[in-house]
Amino acid sequence: MRKPAGTLSRYTPGARANHWLNAIVLILLALSGMSLFHPALYFLTDLFGGGVWTRILHPWLGVALIITFAGLFIRFWRYNIWNKSDTQWLNRIRDVLAARDENLPEVGRYNAGQKLVFWLMTIAIIALLLSGIVMWDSLFGAYFSIQQKRVGAVVHASAAVIIIAVWIVHLYAAIWVKGTVRAMTRGTVTGGWAWKHHRKWLREEVAKGPK
Amino acid sequence: MATMQSLDIKRYSATTTTSPSVREAVEVAKLIDVSRCIGCKACQAACLEWNDLREEVGINVGYYDNPHDLTENSWTLMRFSEVEEPDGHLEWLIRKDGCMHCEDPGCLKACPAPGAIVQYGNGIVDFVSENCIGCGYCVKGCPFNIPRISQKDHKAYKCTLCSDRVAVGQAPACAKACPTQAISFGTKEDMIHWAEARIADLKERGYENAGLYDPPGVGGTHVMYVLKHADRPEIYSDLPKDPKISGLVEAWKGWPKTIGLAGIGLAALAGFLHYVTAGPNEVEDEDEEKGQRALRGE
Repeated sequence: MRKPAGTLSRYTPGARANHWLNAIVLILLALSGMSLFHPALYFLTDLFGGGVWTRILHPWLGVALIITFAGLFIRFWRYNIWNKSDTQWLNRIRDVLAARDENLPEVGRYNAGQKLVFWLMTIAIIALLLSGIVMWDSLFGAYFSIQQKRVGAVVHASAAVIIIAVWIVHLYAAIWVKGTVRAMTRGTVTGGWAWKHHRKWLREEVAKGPK
Repeated sequence: MATMQSLDIKRYSATTTTSPSVREAVEVAKLIDVSRCIGCKACQAACLEWNDLREEVGINVGYYDNPHDLTENSWTLMRFSEVEEPDGHLEWLIRKDGCMHCEDPGCLKACPAPGAIVQYGNGIVDFVSENCIGCGYCVKGCPFNIPRISQKDHKAYKCTLCSDRVAVGQAPACAKACPTQAISFGTKEDMIHWAEARIADLKERGYENAGLYDPPGVGGTHVMYVLKHADRPEIYSDLPKDPKISGLVEAWKGWPKTIGLAGIGLAALAGFLHYVTAGPNEVEDEDEEKGQRALRGE
């Protein structure tokens, strides 16, 4: 895909494919998990071929999530290191929500909110993986005590609630900040978008010279 | 006996609304008088026979328990324990283990599949295999470590208290087979009276701590024991002293779940309200101009 004039490249085709595979798996995992989370949502098991199939598929979807998320982690972790201006940015969260960008410090490739989403997802997905293994009775049931499985169930449900809440924030931010979604669909953003939301990143990209 | 049968379901797993509860059924109970048990395992054999189950032929590892644990085939099991009393004499205690049919069943509370576990009006807790999805949550919910998941069909199994027999006015197969009448079956009220007489007799014979095991932590049970040493139920192959549904299971299945679900809903609602009040965050023409200039390196 050619990069249109006046835009910057933000995500490579590989990163985009990785992201959307991860997104599809996360949504399927959330739907199948929610179906067993609350009786009011049990009807969601129909999407997966019934209760038994949901029980069988859910942990394998979990394996797919770990693989796809590991790809995202390897690609993006170095851009998500926390620094001082992130704390400043977070302290001015009211200005963020009111879109008063002029009051905020210049932002690099990711702002503090995006970094928080990244790290919360990372921690919660690791918790989900470990507790999920403890709960995966058909493969690992023999290796854990009942008490460990009870702890696993509580951790698994809590981590899942956190992930879904963080996912809502992630999704909403992409919808609210216009011009963002194209970064993940076409790989590019406009110069104006970068100037407004990630000015430091824009300057760094320009300094690197034309690609 | 006919009055003890019940087709009404008073609890239905993974269901938040009230079950039919206008008709009042008589509560039943099985009473196991441990002091009369001779460990013959006729109850185990009768259970296998009535329920069309076959246990694998096991191996002897030096004690009488056979099989060594409850399985998806063996829904009841004689557990033998040798206990040395402080005065030096040996007690050989035999307890018929199996589902206690809790009035407040942890398995049913933990189950995510509607109708995979039910409790009938008469108190019997039953697994409905057609609805079972094999997740093993009942195992986590049970304070007595009773349900077993079959590796053949990945469904959960346990004692049904012969709900099929009780429904047609028959006593459970184990009670029918017991040669010493250590197992009796009837209304819970009658069984408590019967137990009281047995306990009075045991006390007269020097077992001053004899008593009824009907643990209040799970709302009482529909399988009760007469124990010679009711003050120390744990000496009977680890019968829990004060069984309760684990706090972890209550947290997992109780109000925190509703809070979690509400939190997710509120997060989505907050996003929507923010959008319709604050409006979208758009890149103005001025920003675009500045951005383009920066891109050109000006």
